[in-house]
Amino acid sequence: MTIKPEDIYKIAPHHRFQWEKAQDCYVILFPEGMVKLNGGAGEVLNLVNDNLSVKKITEELIKKFPDADGIDKDIVGMIEMALEKAWIEKTN
Amino acid sequence: MAEKNNGVSSNTTATQPLWLLAEITYQCPLQCAFCYNPTDFDKHTQNELDTESWIKVLRQARDLGAAQLGISGGEPLLRKDIEEIVTEASSLGYYSNLITSGAGMNEKRIDALKDGGLDHIQLSMHDITEEINNFITNTKTFKLKQKIAAMIKDRGYPMVLNVVLHRYNIDHIKEILEMAEGLGADYIELANTQYYGWSLVNRDQLMPKKEQVLHAEKVTNEFRERIGNKMKIFFVVPDYYEDRPKKCMNGWGEVFMIVTANGDVLPCHSARVIPNLEFPNVRNTDVKQIWYDSPAFNKFRGTDWMKEPCRSCSEKENDLGGCRCQAMLLAGDAESADPVCSKSPNRHLIDQAIKDTENPGLEAKPIMFRSNKNSKKISEGEEKERLAKFHALP
Repeated sequence: MTIKPEDIYKIAPHHRFQWEKAQDCYVILFPEGMVKLNGGAGEVLNLVNDNLSVKKITEELIKKFPDADGIDKDIVGMIEMALEKAWIEKTN
Repeated sequence: MAEKNNGVSSNTTATQPLWLLAEITYQCPLQCAFCYNPTDFDKHTQNELDTESWIKVLRQARDLGAAQLGISGGEPLLRKDIEEIVTEASSLGYYSNLITSGAGMNEKRIDALKDGGLDHIQLSMHDITEEINNFITNTKTFKLKQKIAAMIKDRGYPMVLNVVLHRYNIDHIKEILEMAEGLGADYIELANTQYYGWSLVNRDQLMPKKEQVLHAEKVTNEFRERIGNKMKIFFVVPDYYEDRPKKCMNGWGEVFMIVTANGDVLPCHSARVIPNLEFPNVRNTDVKQIWYDSPAFNKFRGTDWMKEPCRSCSEKENDLGGCRCQAMLLAGDAESADPVCSKSPNRHLIDQAIKDTENPGLEAKPIMFRSNKNSKKISEGEEKERLAKFHALP
């Protein structure tokens, strides 16, 4: 699936995205499993969870990490990965 | 690395627990022949933790990092306070799972659990036929399970079916998968029987032959290819037919903690079979202290405890020597290699069990169902002959 700037995703049903203080990271919980997300993936999914479009997510993260190169490509890569794992789904 | 501090052993590098299994009661109306519960469970049925104690346990374990909660038993729905416990678990941020036979569920309770924030229900199913379902559970529960499956789907829970595989149902694997698809299951766990507790007592009767296992694996793989992401299929391998052991519990005291009905805390389901280990209890010890400092949880952490052939094995980190309880039950030594491993000097015990699957005389002996009456019999030492080849089986 091609990821377009106007796309909006959400956390898939039966999955829960939350911050875990004890692990110091975001996680996705689902039946029989839990995935700890690394910093970048956690940031992206946190904004997905806020119902932001891919364009808006990219803007937000460029603002937050102005020195990071190729951040837009990383974001698309993470969304593709999350889609493949069925952690998120498209809403529009 | 364990450190000694005022005589108390404290593990400073232990990871945090992620999974908490609350075995909230050992009572169960079903009498499944393959139940992993302790055979002497009747000794632990009198002194169940009350609601308040469970809520305290949930809070302490959550503070420690536990995020996945399984509420199990016995049959957890026999307790009247499951709704209250689920509501607390949800507000603490657990992803909560009710592991049930379906007995005790009704419309009112399933709605109350949903309102309380229960995330999913794992329902045990046994076969496509009423005959096998009723035989292996020693109860008439086939229609009940079909009804509860529909109820789970209707309320929008993810539907997770758990089917324990044994020689009576393993040849129906295709039909079982089709039934799960028909019920709209999101996940199905095909759990080949692991031999602990009641299933070990009934191993001669339950263990499938090798060709049955190979067939089941083949059919499962074909089905998985066809169905893709629509229904996730977990196939729990029958370790006896492997030549390397499972990394049991993902490592002793690594991610998993069980609090039993009476408040004892165990690193794995059958840890009580290991002699000379005292299991701490939540009535008098904080969960954090139990996880990090108790001798029981530190006993088999890491690899320092290993003997040969594990100690010098290049694969020791892959499986951490396999299952301590299996080593105890079959070889009589909890520190020895899991007998499943082809490098274990005790592998012949597994090979003999496999050979025994071809002996119809052994299979013909009656099953001992998981009942209070049979539990009492075993506790009182009435079944010595049957249990003689296993060590430390309570």
